[in-house]
Amino acid sequence: MEPLFAVLIGLFFAAAVYLMLSKHTVRILLGIVLLGNGVNLTLFTAGRLTREVPPIIPAGMDALPAGAANPLPQALILTAIVISFSFFAFLLVLTYRAYQELGTDDTDEMRLAEPRDEQLPPMGY
Amino acid sequence: MAADAPALTFIALFLPFLGAVLAPFLTRRLKHNAAWLLALAPLAAFLHFCGFLPEIAAGEAATGGYAWAPSFNLSFSWFLDGLSLTFALLITGIGTLIVVYSGGYMKGHPDQGRFLAFILLFMGAMLGLVVSDSFLMLFVYWELTSLTSFLLIGFDHEREAARRAALQALVVTGAGGLSLLAGLVFLWNITGVTQLSLLVHLDGGLRESPFYLAALLLVLGGAFTKSAQFPFHFWLPNAMEAPTPVSAYLHSATMVKAGVYLLMRLNPVMGATPAWEILLPFFGGITLISGTLLAVRQTDLKLMLAYTTMASLGLLVMLTGFGSAHAVEAAMLYLVAHSLFKGALFMVAGTVDHETGTRDVTRLGGLCAAMPVTFGAALLAALSMGGLPLFFGFLAKEEIYAALWAGNPRAVFFTILALIGNALMFAVAFAVALKPFLGAPVETPKHAHEGPPSLWLGPAVLAALGLLGALFSGIAHRYVSSPMASAVMDDAVTIDITTVPHLGMPLLLSVITVLLGALVYWRLGDARALMARMLENLGPGPDRGFDHFVSDLVRFSVAVTRFIQPGRLEIYITVTFVLLALTLLVPPVVFGELPGMPAWPDGILVQEAAFFLIAVIGIVAVLRARDRLTAIVSLGIQGFAVAVLFLLFGAPDLSFTQFMVETLSVVILALVMTRLRLSPADHRPAGQLFVDATIAAACGIGFTLLLLKSVEAPFDTLLTDFFNAYSKVVAHGANVVNVVIVDFRGTDTLGEIAVVMITGLAVLALIRVRAGRKGDVK
Repeated sequence: MEPLFAVLIGLFFAAAVYLMLSKHTVRILLGIVLLGNGVNLTLFTAGRLTREVPPIIPAGMDALPAGAANPLPQALILTAIVISFSFFAFLLVLTYRAYQELGTDDTDEMRLAEPRDEQLPPMGY
Repeated sequence: MAADAPALTFIALFLPFLGAVLAPFLTRRLKHNAAWLLALAPLAAFLHFCGFLPEIAAGEAATGGYAWAPSFNLSFSWFLDGLSLTFALLITGIGTLIVVYSGGYMKGHPDQGRFLAFILLFMGAMLGLVVSDSFLMLFVYWELTSLTSFLLIGFDHEREAARRAALQALVVTGAGGLSLLAGLVFLWNITGVTQLSLLVHLDGGLRESPFYLAALLLVLGGAFTKSAQFPFHFWLPNAMEAPTPVSAYLHSATMVKAGVYLLMRLNPVMGATPAWEILLPFFGGITLISGTLLAVRQTDLKLMLAYTTMASLGLLVMLTGFGSAHAVEAAMLYLVAHSLFKGALFMVAGTVDHETGTRDVTRLGGLCAAMPVTFGAALLAALSMGGLPLFFGFLAKEEIYAALWAGNPRAVFFTILALIGNALMFAVAFAVALKPFLGAPVETPKHAHEGPPSLWLGPAVLAALGLLGALFSGIAHRYVSSPMASAVMDDAVTIDITTVPHLGMPLLLSVITVLLGALVYWRLGDARALMARMLENLGPGPDRGFDHFVSDLVRFSVAVTRFIQPGRLEIYITVTFVLLALTLLVPPVVFGELPGMPAWPDGILVQEAAFFLIAVIGIVAVLRARDRLTAIVSLGIQGFAVAVLFLLFGAPDLSFTQFMVETLSVVILALVMTRLRLSPADHRPAGQLFVDATIAAACGIGFTLLLLKSVEAPFDTLLTDFFNAYSKVVAHGANVVNVVIVDFRGTDTLGEIAVVMITGLAVLALIRVRAGRKGDVK
């Protein structure tokens, strides 16, 4: 199954990059969500796929029997999902506030920090 | 007593720094009188170093210090031999007089405390430089003198000229410092020693090294910039923007000699090679001649002296590189003589400026009646500078001619150079010392009268020493000149020249010098006009070049910044992803590590295929979304498809979290997006779309290939096995994923929670900002 997942992940990354290359903040945001999912699936696949058996130690046993899913990538992804959600929430609010303040969602129009006709620094001493 | 000596030397080395810390407080309390008290710091250090004189005169060297980082072979250690001791005495001795002089000169200045602190700071740095044993210490103190010099030149920072001069000095000497550092690293690599005391006694090896020339050029880069050798000389005259005590101390008596000190220090191990004996006399000679010629042209007392200082430094470099013990002896004598008379003359120039309000030599005259003590000091110093008998300068000049006059063509050439240089310096010396004081009194901006004792004490003492040193030349040679020359030659050398003239070639050359100098002095106005015409024909010098360099540098940085940071997010993102695609695709292709064609997985279950398809449909729908609702819904579709895929492949925890997060995301998005405008169609023109799609496809293919390649490799289950084996036994949990998160990697989870919390705060802050602003408007 891993090769199939690899292709799907490639699709996720391609779509994410394509959206992020846009000038519009909303599309960039959508791209970031896709990117997060792509990264999580990459971790998941790199830890190898196992069908259906979750990494839970059955009652009466001391260790996980063979044939269960790999718990390590799952633990990593669990953290990553939460972090990427926070990231998404923050960016969403930032986009929203930027749109309110600047009246645009075009990143080219957002030039407060780097104005278009920036003055030359002083040439003297 | 002997056991206490290292501690005392250590304290002596830090006394100036202590004085620098106290200076602002004392000045606030005692006003300008604080200088008398602060002068005790260098005086105590001076007396301490005087205690080494008998030991050093006996041909020994004193070393000491404390380990600092022994594992790196680094120590705070000093090395006192004839050379460094003489320098230490000059620095602390003249330093004492300069501090006293500064008290009088800066009297009433609001920033007097700052000034004295800077001067003392510099003194500590300079003292450290000359006594340093380890390379690292030498470099650190070397840079510290450049920095304090910057502060002192730019002391009057409200004037642009001062700021420019300070920056120029810092750039030139700072660049030289870096060159020196590289040179020292070379020396260390070639010889394996990091201490000067070991380096100077090294028996060969350095000169034969293939890296000798590189090391030499780098060291010369440091020495020539510091000692204002042509073509790096231009910063020195500009440094005259500093208050006069600074010019007298840093830019004539001490700091500018650091380069000469370094060359003399390295003479035993680096000297006596063709490169050394060509480069040093050549650049020294050019500096000598150009310095004296430029000095004749000036009318400003300080600038006249500044250019002769440059010339004297050239003479010292020339003598150091001349390659005979005799020349080194001459250099020693001249170095001491120069520090005495030039320091005195600078202070005289400062006193005249301070008392009359001008230092333009054409607007001064007849001051000898009003300022008799200053005049006396000026006259004595000028006699020494002119090299007349009975003065230390005479000894130096006799020795110079004796050393240079060796009869071969090369010697004749350098003798003529020295002759012209000395004659012109003679003329300038008397122009500074006589012109303002003799003749008919001239109306000056301020009514002239003798300065307070603090202003004439320094020049008087230094000028008198120039006379006494020659009269009691035996003592001076025994304790100062001979040990110094021995250190530079790394061989016992005895200097025995006295002030009684001997008939011979040197004396004849001296007489010619004096006659020539007197002639130039007599026709100084003509000489000045001649030089001005010559310089006009030469065109702009390196000083203008520096201005161009600075403004071009700023323009270049602006151009680079605007190229790298044009302020368009689109470009930043494009560059990032292009590089990402190249990183992913180029190495596998170049190294032939592309994954093999994977086999088609058999037994795909229907539900798996279905959710695969749903995820793909979701992605495509997001890409093609033309309104907000479609975008949100399709984003949700791919998210839920991923959640189900997690569930199908044994990760129920992930699945639940993903479901929750996706639901929340969709809800929040729906709330916020109703207030946002999503363009109905992609704004990008077709060409741009194609480029972006190519980059995106390259990134996607790159990740696919990376993943295919990594799943080809055998899986390392070390960590997985650990968690599987111990989660029940050690952590008492059946759900391994949960155990990893809350137990084995509990701290990471704490960090994760912190991130979520901080994000929450940031979101809150972003929303609140607007509320606050609205409140302000009301």
